[in-house]
Amino acid sequence: MKRLLCAVGFGLTVVLAGCSTASKLDGVPVEDKSGTPISQSTVNAAAANANSVAKSGVTQVDLGKSMQDGAALAGAKTIYFDYDSFVIKSEFQPVVEAHARYIKADKNRRVAVEGHTDERGGREYNLALGQKRAEAVRRALELLGVSDAQIEAVSFGKEKPSVAGNDEAALAKNRRAEIAYR
Amino acid sequence: MTMLSLQDLDNESMIRRVFLGFLLCSAGLSAMAQFRVEVSGVGLTQLPIAVAAFRGEDAAPQKIAAIVQADLERSGQFRGIDTAGIALDENIRPDGSVWRQKGADSLVTGSVTRLADGRFDVRFRLWDVVRGQDLGGQSYAVTQTDLRLAAHRVADLVYEKLIGDKGIFSTRIAYVTKASSRYNLWVADADGENAQTALVSPEPIISPAWSPTGSQLAYVSFESRKPVVYVHDVATGKRRLIANFRGSNSAPAWAPDGRTLAVTLSRDGGSQLYSIDANGGEPRRLAQSSSIDTEPAYSSDGKSIYFVSDRGGAPQIYRMSALGSNPERVTFSGTYNISPALSPDGRWMAYVSRINGAFKLHVMELTTGNISAVTDTESDESPSFAPNSRLIAYATSYQGREALMTTTIDGKIRARLSGPGGDIREPDWGPFQK
Repeated sequence: MKRLLCAVGFGLTVVLAGCSTASKLDGVPVEDKSGTPISQSTVNAAAANANSVAKSGVTQVDLGKSMQDGAALAGAKTIYFDYDSFVIKSEFQPVVEAHARYIKADKNRRVAVEGHTDERGGREYNLALGQKRAEAVRRALELLGVSDAQIEAVSFGKEKPSVAGNDEAALAKNRRAEIAYR
Repeated sequence: MTMLSLQDLDNESMIRRVFLGFLLCSAGLSAMAQFRVEVSGVGLTQLPIAVAAFRGEDAAPQKIAAIVQADLERSGQFRGIDTAGIALDENIRPDGSVWRQKGADSLVTGSVTRLADGRFDVRFRLWDVVRGQDLGGQSYAVTQTDLRLAAHRVADLVYEKLIGDKGIFSTRIAYVTKASSRYNLWVADADGENAQTALVSPEPIISPAWSPTGSQLAYVSFESRKPVVYVHDVATGKRRLIANFRGSNSAPAWAPDGRTLAVTLSRDGGSQLYSIDANGGEPRRLAQSSSIDTEPAYSSDGKSIYFVSDRGGAPQIYRMSALGSNPERVTFSGTYNISPALSPDGRWMAYVSRINGAFKLHVMELTTGNISAVTDTESDESPSFAPNSRLIAYATSYQGREALMTTTIDGKIRARLSGPGGDIREPDWGPFQK
């Protein structure tokens, strides 16, 4: 995925942020490639700062914001779900938002949202559950202004677990939707 | 495969009132090791049958008698009697008292002979050793690759003669294996043997479904990074894409007339049921709900479609007309009932129910609604009926591996099907072959 993102041809800064391990820019905390999404609090803080800056009448060039997008895109293409749930938890909202901005920035970008489930239960029913997760993410992207024509929601059901094993930690890693650029 | 009635054989050679024992290496053992038959429960009535080694089979590439006996035992309706290595061909009138003493009611005798053209002539005769009656026989001239098929045909005829129903041993089962990251769609004999690959893919393959004539398989392939439905001609290997719409395409189910399939599509949002011409074309929406509708399965009369829906808050099985009207709920016990399969005789529905976190194969008698759990495993999946409605093939997890099993409707006889190794899943039992 990281390779893919780079190939998609992002801005150089963002590519660096997304694909290299140690690019320290302006002291803005850039997520490393461990896949940890930007925490809700970080983003809220940034948004609050932006608002207060706007009130002062100065238009800020927000490099940090596009870097956050890059970081979110590179590090977090995955939205995890609770058992039997299709709700995008608030901690993943920034991931969705970052992708929404990125997709909207170029009308030619095409994205597949791939829904997955854990291994429990039937293959076809899990395919339908994975579809429901993919469509939840698709709807969230659309609410953020992404054109329906740019997104396809598909499901892999339980066929493509990201982690082997059947303990709760593995199952939780497999209940997910992945955003894949095509 | 050419077939002769044994009436013709009678003319060729008079049956001699001779008892001849051919010494034989224990041909049965290797074939017996290929599978494991489990018998549980009491009050089981099984016909005791002896299948003597076929004369000449130790020189043939397949041990016919062992295949026949394994088939009959897997049906749950026969108990094999040890023949102590005695070989008898179809021309010998057996000494009934010897076999009665061993506890047999019936005896199969036969021979395998290599013909001048390289084919094999497989002959058999079935005896009622209690009444001392010749119940008839058959001969088959087959190529070497069809020797197993000939053995299965023998078992079919024995089954039909003694039970009264058609045997299913010469039918075929499709299944999928996953070994490292290679997926194979196989077509195998009903005992899981003689598997031939129909499709190899680096991406998952699920939900194979035989066409009513047994010539084509519909399935879901992820080869294009999303689920799409293909129809695959098994003999030629020609494939056609029949559902590749936006979103996911899955769960193909043939109508009994073979002209249409029901599929699950998400092209209009959500997993919903459609019917589509077997040659492709524009899908017609069968039902509309704001919930998941999937896993359609036609009743054998083609009038109803059973399916899974979570419209009531949890997945349950429903039934509606084949045109999509009058949906009614079919399963009421438990909070997770999926994967309906209908028996060809219209009596039974097999499905998977989650009980205390375990996924267990169940059978419902449709007229009474009575249900019973038929396995003691915990990850049962994908049931499908044998064409004579007597056995169910299903996938489960066995000693940590995915495995295929067959069970009788009452769960008393279960057998593990052999396969080419690796994880083996998604069985679909094919129809009777013409």
